[in-house]
Amino acid sequence: MDFCIGIRGNDFVLLCEDMNAAQSIMLHKQDHEKMLDLNDHLLMTRTGNLGDGVQCAEFLQKNIQLYQIRNGYEMRSSAAAHYIRKYLADTLRSREPLEVNLLLGAYDVISNTPQLYYMDYLGSMATAPFCAHGYGAMFATSILDMYYHPGISVDEAIGILNKCIKELKKRLIINFSKFNVKVVDKDGIHKLPTISVEDGIHTH
Amino acid sequence: MSIDEYNGCAIVAMVGKDCVALATDTRFGVQRSTITTDFQRVFQMGPRLFVAMSGLVTDAYTVSARLKYRLNLYELRENRPVSPSVFVSMVSNLLYERRFGPYFSTPVIAGLDPTSGKPFIAGFDCIGDPSIGSDFITDGTAGEQLMGMCETFWRPDLNK
Repeated sequence: MDFCIGIRGNDFVLLCEDMNAAQSIMLHKQDHEKMLDLNDHLLMTRTGNLGDGVQCAEFLQKNIQLYQIRNGYEMRSSAAAHYIRKYLADTLRSREPLEVNLLLGAYDVISNTPQLYYMDYLGSMATAPFCAHGYGAMFATSILDMYYHPGISVDEAIGILNKCIKELKKRLIINFSKFNVKVVDKDGIHKLPTISVEDGIHTH
Repeated sequence: MSIDEYNGCAIVAMVGKDCVALATDTRFGVQRSTITTDFQRVFQMGPRLFVAMSGLVTDAYTVSARLKYRLNLYELRENRPVSPSVFVSMVSNLLYERRFGPYFSTPVIAGLDPTSGKPFIAGFDCIGDPSIGSDFITDGTAGEQLMGMCETFWRPDLNK
């Protein structure tokens, strides 16, 4: 019942997620942040089981930071992505698979390229210019197919994001009231204003 | 929906005159949704040896990574590129290790023998039974359809 979306530009990756924390029919919180900074240039958002998500995200964050402590430099984005993929693939055939779908937004400071990785709970991994998880993905992907172009700017990406959110408000049965938005670029991870859906789409 | 159809793919390998061809589709999808259209299923294992992995994407990547690991060790020990027939045994062994919990991905090998230059193609099932082909090998959810097309158009000694 969650939703997350990622859009890659020339020098940034924008990640957005819904802020609902729900289990079955009960909505616990509407201002819950699921996105996690794995290191200075690696941002991860997720959908799926709340408990598995937290365990998975924190475990990965700590291990990626341990790599940095041991080696003295940040784990490169593609190395981190493959590490995360292997972790998901290993847990798949173990005691209990983790029911977490991920989007990884990264900026590789060595090659100066932004990267967006799509990963699902089985451990499938793909790089994409834009992608999304959840029921909302079916709507968002169509809108992105139409409006996305390579070399998009952050403002244009937010414009497309607003279009997606408007569509979700209109056509998706699930009610999302707030969306958390963050951007990764060469200067690190920046939090953008939360997008709120009550009484029209506005930021605050 | 069966596990082999979760991601879906189409793979074909063909023997020609002193050459081989290997083709895959480039769709990465999850059931009926398409995520990307530039997905790589072919992995290079040697200067003239390629393997294409069909089926579930996660297992396709896991098997190709484990295979490359074993291949690298072989080439370090033997100090020569692997020959396709030895590679077939390597793949078969790796897949059979998981006999009672198999990888849902089947490789298709296409390459030339490093010494003789003879074309070589092979297909497998998910537990490692090899079929060395003399004409063409097809695999994936569109395997039967490709088999029909190959039967119609293939003839020996096609040039590239």
